[in-house]
Amino acid sequence: MDQNEEQKPSPHWLRQRRMRSIAIALMLLALTALFYAATIVRIGGNVLNRAL
Amino acid sequence: MPLANYAGADVSDGSVADYFSLMKPRVMALVVLTALVGIVAAPGHIHPLIGSIALLAIAVGAGASGALNMWFDADIDAKMARTAARAIPRGKITAEEAFAFGSVLSVFSVLTLGLLVNYFAGAFLAFTIAFYVVIYTMWLKRRTPQNIVIGGAAGAFPPMVGWAAVTGGVSIESLVLFLIIFIWTPPHFWALALYRCRDYERVGVPMMPVVKGGDSTRRQILAYSMLLAPLGIVPSFIGLGGTTYLIVSSVLGVAFVWYAYKVFQIRDGREADSAARALFGFSILYLFALFLVLLAEHTIRIAMGG
Repeated sequence: MDQNEEQKPSPHWLRQRRMRSIAIALMLLALTALFYAATIVRIGGNVLNRAL
Repeated sequence: MPLANYAGADVSDGSVADYFSLMKPRVMALVVLTALVGIVAAPGHIHPLIGSIALLAIAVGAGASGALNMWFDADIDAKMARTAARAIPRGKITAEEAFAFGSVLSVFSVLTLGLLVNYFAGAFLAFTIAFYVVIYTMWLKRRTPQNIVIGGAAGAFPPMVGWAAVTGGVSIESLVLFLIIFIWTPPHFWALALYRCRDYERVGVPMMPVVKGGDSTRRQILAYSMLLAPLGIVPSFIGLGGTTYLIVSSVLGVAFVWYAYKVFQIRDGREADSAARALFGFSILYLFALFLVLLAEHTIRIAMGG
């Protein structure tokens, strides 16, 4: 077995990385949704209070 | 540890659950409860969504400081029975990964609280994280037997941060909530340290029983408990707690002193360990109960439009 083969990620390692990546993606999506919703809440009725 | 080299860095095969465990979920549960009490008990109005975001940010901030604590303490965690199964000593996550995880979550939680709730609460959360990681973990923990007395402030800040999320400041009421947890911390941790004394001694952490011995620790546990029992009922006299709180905090306060007295009285053998374990277990119940009653009282008040 040469050294390059030893360095190759195992299927288990790849699976865990995929799960971590999905978790990070979900967290970022949730954070985006959170900021969007909080912005709407904070603007509140003022969103209509502008010159037409 | 099964590592793979990815973009020049060693990356472990830690699972999402391993990362979550870095955040000390059980500590986080207590932080969520105490911060929630700070939010619902504070005068004024906060939109439920903004309140939820504040709570989430405080919880994540607490988790982040837990991860940073595990990063810094990985060397001693590996040698202690209580902490040897944590993700870093077990080889599931590298210390560097825990550091990155904790740092990123710290920044995100502070920014989220600052930007979406208010800057004062954000700054307060940043101070809390820095206090726990720098003052307690890096500085005091390995240097003085007063480590958890002063460091306990970090665990006591969450209700004040929750309060600040609503009011944008601090007040005597939030200070009382802080003091209850602050005075509760020494008897809680010293009870644990009494029956884990050898563990702490082996790794050179100067917990009170290691440095001053069991007798002195027992005296101090009793003293703090006698201070805590009356302090626990103070919320009833400043408009924070109602009649139910007064009754529960009085009864549990007396029980706390009784458990502490048992620890003070029984100093040898397995019975001494059992008494310390009993106090440790009861101390958790005590704090949860006090804050749960406060939460229930204020939730009912809000639901009834008060």
